[in-house]
Amino acid sequence: MEKGSVWDLPDVPEGQLPPHIQLQRTRVHCNSDAPTHTENVQYSGAYSSLGVDNSLQLEQFRKNFRVDVIRLEKEEMEFDMVGIDPSLANAFRRILIAELPTMAIEKVLIANNTSVVQDEVLSHRLGLIPINADPRLFDYKSENDDPKENNTIVFKLHVRCERGSPRITVKSDELKWLPNGSEFSLETSAANSTSKPKTYTSFHTSQETLHDFSKKPIAPCHPDIILAKLGPGQEIELEAHAVKGMGKTHAKWSPVATAWYRMLPEVVLLKEVEDERAEKLVKTCPVNVFDIEDVGKGKKRAVVARPRGCTLCRECIREDEFKQDIALRRVKDHFIFTIESTGALPPEVLFTEAVKILEDKCERVITELS
Amino acid sequence: MEHGSAEDDSASTFSFTDEDHTLANTLRFSLNQDPRVTFCGYSIPHPSQPRVNIRVQTTGDPANEILKDSCQDLLMICQHARKTFEQVVQDFKNKQALEAMNMEQ
Repeated sequence: MEKGSVWDLPDVPEGQLPPHIQLQRTRVHCNSDAPTHTENVQYSGAYSSLGVDNSLQLEQFRKNFRVDVIRLEKEEMEFDMVGIDPSLANAFRRILIAELPTMAIEKVLIANNTSVVQDEVLSHRLGLIPINADPRLFDYKSENDDPKENNTIVFKLHVRCERGSPRITVKSDELKWLPNGSEFSLETSAANSTSKPKTYTSFHTSQETLHDFSKKPIAPCHPDIILAKLGPGQEIELEAHAVKGMGKTHAKWSPVATAWYRMLPEVVLLKEVEDERAEKLVKTCPVNVFDIEDVGKGKKRAVVARPRGCTLCRECIREDEFKQDIALRRVKDHFIFTIESTGALPPEVLFTEAVKILEDKCERVITELS
Repeated sequence: MEHGSAEDDSASTFSFTDEDHTLANTLRFSLNQDPRVTFCGYSIPHPSQPRVNIRVQTTGDPANEILKDSCQDLLMICQHARKTFEQVVQDFKNKQALEAMNMEQ
């Protein structure tokens, strides 16, 4: 490089970052040895010497924020969330997993269990069954609350395998919803025989009359979850009480099978890769990110066709051959979010509920400080 | 709960119960982007206690006002994110329904 005075260099443009710093700010660079520029610059004055304001501007956020739905099914969705900080994306993910309430079986009253599955194992299996009931219609039940129609759902399970008949597989569709509450009577109430016998729940009305449960009866989300197997002469009779809870207490209350995000991979060809080298490049990629394009006159050129599929395995930049030609990066503010619901609520509703919970948290802090 | 000194309200530690990284990390993000903040950070003193401490030091403004502003900013971001999401999902569903209708014809 030719030597010259610094004063002859062109001025750095005010109000915008030079391209290489902008690249470091917005992309994680995935090199063959290790990723670099993984940090997010949050401090408002980080670029003040360059005349760039890094403070939070809502107008700017509103202009840049974008959501694209990629896939939306009954129990699963994938969408792109662009222009948001990872701390917020992570907050949504954490809330989805641990702080969104659902209904799950918490108490199991076993009247008879002669199957080979032990009571506690059976109870645990029952607890993990997703229940198709909207948790927003129920209240939390605290330790000394009575089980009522607004905080408890009762199921009955009574299966018996007769002697001489083949073995039975007990599946979750054997769980029958009891809208009037428990049918097991408390032993202490036997003396007072004039009134209705007291049971383990104190429902005032049938749950069937509430909301629109009569049109959409409460049941497990999936009818084919195996609970136990019964041999001839074995029997299970029990009642299961489901209550509202959160995933941070126990994973059975988590409304998602899982929820995760990944940053958008970006594959850039810095130089043209042509002919035999192009064919070789296409072959090295195990997930088929590259394609070959004809540029006429018998010449061929490699192009990046499916960057979304890139797993950043770095196979293409492992050997020295393509190291200088390819840049693998991740876009720091582009999140590919996937939500797998367990079935109680559709995934799009889960996400809006999660955002609402974060809003509630902010509002609580504001009211606490004022 | 706020711990600060009586004379100087520009630096305080706020202690929230029943909160964790979910709120603290997002708050740290929005506080850091406020030009009036000179320092902010959070810590969870013990993982088995449901408590998080957020430290805010400012250039002179009262720390609790700035924390309140940050919460307000977060609230606006969330509301905008939720509205955008709901709109996009609705559009996607409409498009799907339209495609299903076209397939039937």
